[in-house]
Amino acid sequence: MFKLIKISINEILGLEGVIMSDGFKGLSGKDIISVLDLSKEDFENIFKLADEYRVNGYRDVLRGRVLSVAFFEPSTRTRLSFESAMHRLGGSVIGFSSEEATSVAKGEKFIDTVRMLDSYSDVIVIRHKFEGAAKLAAEVAEHPVINAGDGRNEHPTQAMIDIYTILKLKSNVSNLIIGVMGDLKYARVVNSLLYAFTIFKPKKVYLISHPLLKLRDEAKKFIASQGLNFEEVSDINLVLNELDVLYVTRVQKERFPDPIEYEKVKNAYKLTADVLRKCKEDLIILHPLPRVDELERSVDSTKHAAYFKQASLGVPLRAALLTLILGGY
Amino acid sequence: MSVRELIVSKIKDGTVIDHIPSGRALDVLKVLRISGSENFRIAIVMNVESSKLNKKDIVKIEGRFLSKDETDIIALIAPTATINIIKNFEVVEKRKVSTPRVISGLIKCPNVTCITKHEGIETTFEVLSAGLRARCIYCNTELSYPEFVELILKQLGPKK
Ligand SMILES: [Zn+2]
Repeated sequence: MFKLIKISINEILGLEGVIMSDGFKGLSGKDIISVLDLSKEDFENIFKLADEYRVNGYRDVLRGRVLSVAFFEPSTRTRLSFESAMHRLGGSVIGFSSEEATSVAKGEKFIDTVRMLDSYSDVIVIRHKFEGAAKLAAEVAEHPVINAGDGRNEHPTQAMIDIYTILKLKSNVSNLIIGVMGDLKYARVVNSLLYAFTIFKPKKVYLISHPLLKLRDEAKKFIASQGLNFEEVSDINLVLNELDVLYVTRVQKERFPDPIEYEKVKNAYKLTADVLRKCKEDLIILHPLPRVDELERSVDSTKHAAYFKQASLGVPLRAALLTLILGGY
Repeated sequence: MSVRELIVSKIKDGTVIDHIPSGRALDVLKVLRISGSENFRIAIVMNVESSKLNKKDIVKIEGRFLSKDETDIIALIAPTATINIIKNFEVVEKRKVSTPRVISGLIKCPNVTCITKHEGIETTFEVLSAGLRARCIYCNTELSYPEFVELILKQLGPKK
């Protein structure tokens, strides 16, 4: 007989008393397919650990562990920030991105590719153009699966970064009036963010979009059923002076079934420094990046631009999530 | 004519489907693949008062008995229904249907970018609010009641 020696993650990190290990247990081995897979306490534990990494630096807590990145759809930022997070924690990374995906998956069923990655690694991060891909992968894989975007459905780690950024800059969510503008119909980050808002309950959410890009009914019904206070408006100028946070999303060409429809809406909701003249002093602007035309560079030099800060929180947030999922305590 | 007269006329052999949510009797006949041209004697009673449901529909079909599969399909669109099998004017069997929490393998997801479409796997729908709506557990696409009925009919295929 051999004995397993269990060392708590708090011991490894020297965080005794800082983080409740009970909350940590809840995330160990967990699939993250939707923001709604997490409780508020889960979010808070992830944020605490991300804070710790930002203040005191990363440690080799994931040495010997392997992360698979399976990106069937292009993304540089999300993939690199997961990879960076894993390397920072002493782990290693295997996988592929869309350029190779065609050959990797040539003639092979998606679920067989997932099985292969599952046998090569301890956690799989997956992005795919079809909705439900991460959920299906999680059913097939023994190891935890993290959804890094499935079609127009969800992108939960982006929403975690978004909420984390708001909390860093505004210290709470519940007192805020938040505008979400742009493509609310096809943007998965919007779904995940709004679902996260059902957990963090802002005072009010304005859904600002062109009528063609309004939030889909199922998402609307869901957030309404969770008691989220929201209102749909078609013009940013109607609500700008009320907003504490403005979240801008890009209009993604690839989500449109019809290119003519895309051309019609792409410039309709464009943020410029000029538009911002009427906003609150302490308004912050967030954007998941990369941007296309919806966020003009003139905004970058205003005090409202918080999207570079937001982007910089991606690695610590994802490092915290990977640590808690792979914790092994 | 009183409500009583409408309801009580008995059938000799066949099926009485009672407590159908009001307005859905015709859908029940549709999913049973009964168009009226089959020569069954059929009584359809719609929007009558019910102690249980406020308003309900009733369908009586002379000479037709429902299989277990047919009972299950009725459960999807008329979760409150009771099915009485009548032989020689007597109720010989009473089936209370119950709506499943999930529906696996019966209907395909209508979303063209659902992973189940591309992997050729069965999908599972989670039933929301007792037979009124259903949601694909993979892509979260929700079906309204009419879409749901349409997909069931599509899945049942052309009438035999
Ligand atoms: Zn689906």
